[in-house]
Amino acid sequence: MGEFRMPVLGADMEAGTIVEWRVAVGDAVRHGDIIAVVDTDKSTIEVEVFEDGVVEELLVPPGVEVPVGTPLARLRGPGAPAEPAMVTAPATAAPVEAGPARLGERPTDEVFVRASPMARRDAAVAGVDLVELVGSGPGGAVVARDVATAAASRPPEPGAPEVVPETRSAEAPRRRAEMRRAVGALMARSAREIPHYYLATTVDLGATTEWLRETNAQRPVAARVLPAAVLFRAVAVAARQVPVMNGVWTDAFVPSEAVHLGVAVSLRGGGLIAPAIRDADQMGVDELMASLRAVVQRARAGILRSSDFTDPTITVTNLGDQGVDEVYGVIYPPQVALVGFGRVVDRPWAKDGLLGVRPVVRATLAADHRASDGIEGARFLAAIEHLLQSPEDL
Amino acid sequence: MNTTEARALFDRLVNRIAPEIDPATADPRAPIQDALELDSMDFLNLVTALHEVTGVEVPEHDYPKLATIDGFVTYVVDRTPCR
Repeated sequence: MGEFRMPVLGADMEAGTIVEWRVAVGDAVRHGDIIAVVDTDKSTIEVEVFEDGVVEELLVPPGVEVPVGTPLARLRGPGAPAEPAMVTAPATAAPVEAGPARLGERPTDEVFVRASPMARRDAAVAGVDLVELVGSGPGGAVVARDVATAAASRPPEPGAPEVVPETRSAEAPRRRAEMRRAVGALMARSAREIPHYYLATTVDLGATTEWLRETNAQRPVAARVLPAAVLFRAVAVAARQVPVMNGVWTDAFVPSEAVHLGVAVSLRGGGLIAPAIRDADQMGVDELMASLRAVVQRARAGILRSSDFTDPTITVTNLGDQGVDEVYGVIYPPQVALVGFGRVVDRPWAKDGLLGVRPVVRATLAADHRASDGIEGARFLAAIEHLLQSPEDL
Repeated sequence: MNTTEARALFDRLVNRIAPEIDPATADPRAPIQDALELDSMDFLNLVTALHEVTGVEVPEHDYPKLATIDGFVTYVVDRTPCR
């Protein structure tokens, strides 16, 4: 089967550091299993493996920064015979400067505790045993806060430095600054390279809001659908109908077979990330809502999965909650389109010769004029509008 | 549940959903979506967590009653048994 290499997790990623291995030599892995947790400058990501196999050798230890593409582990196919293990030093590795302690590989008799990567790192630094902690994170996982509380409530050892809070407080601003820099570079590139054109339309959302009201009234809160999920579903379906909006630009437009919908997620404390919902056109509204909920939670918790970094083929941004009427966005290169939604507001509306009040939303399109013309953009927005008149069919 | 307990519950749930936010410093009469920078996804998670922890089911038409911290506390106190 071959080598597992440092993946590209974000268009501008150049290097990454393994925070911890989630497997040991000899472990069997299946498609979708998380094999390692990787740190980039911007975020911590759980990396999934995409084939079945058995781990033969781990080539790079945690704590060492390596360029994208560096072999990290050797795996063999499920039926292949084992090869003798070789002692390997990491190839072109740059050591990470003073930071949290290396975690090393798991000893085979250790109980596996569900904990976030940040919590594991903080625990190693503070000398707190994860097994003793009660987790307050999702599913009872131990999160950094639990480690900080445990570390703070221990009687202080004489001369022991207060390391945990410092590590955390130095980490967050550095991360944000790095993220700001990366987003800025991407947006500057977009402004430089992409000739944007902009279109806007007002969409009557009466049918959608009514459908949501009826649907959600019959559902427990955990199963309810947000308007955003319906809007995003309409964008995904429309992208299939107007393919020139869905793909990437290299030297020419390359249309995509699949619709991977990028969703712009703002992070508290500043920062913007746009993970992808894979095959958004293949999921109904409920499934899309569940995916949206999960990816936003992961993005905000700082623990994304490598599958979240699938290159989006088109992105949507929804600033309705912030109270703006419309969004004129900047396309994420190498994509060719960005759809924006403002807030849903009640407006006077003429329908069938009568004046009434309808909930409406402003939908905008920023598109790459090298890939499409205004008429195609208009067709795309019209498709979105049309789909939102029959939400039950989405 | 009494007012103090309901307020403590609110702080705990917000902590779970948005650990970076400190609800203790927020104005209890201000809309939480502004004061605590919660968006509609966060609000849905808050209502879901409330149900998980207390069993209190909040129909959509009651969402405006939970718009402020005071509103949340009153709503929860009215719907949970006192000891």
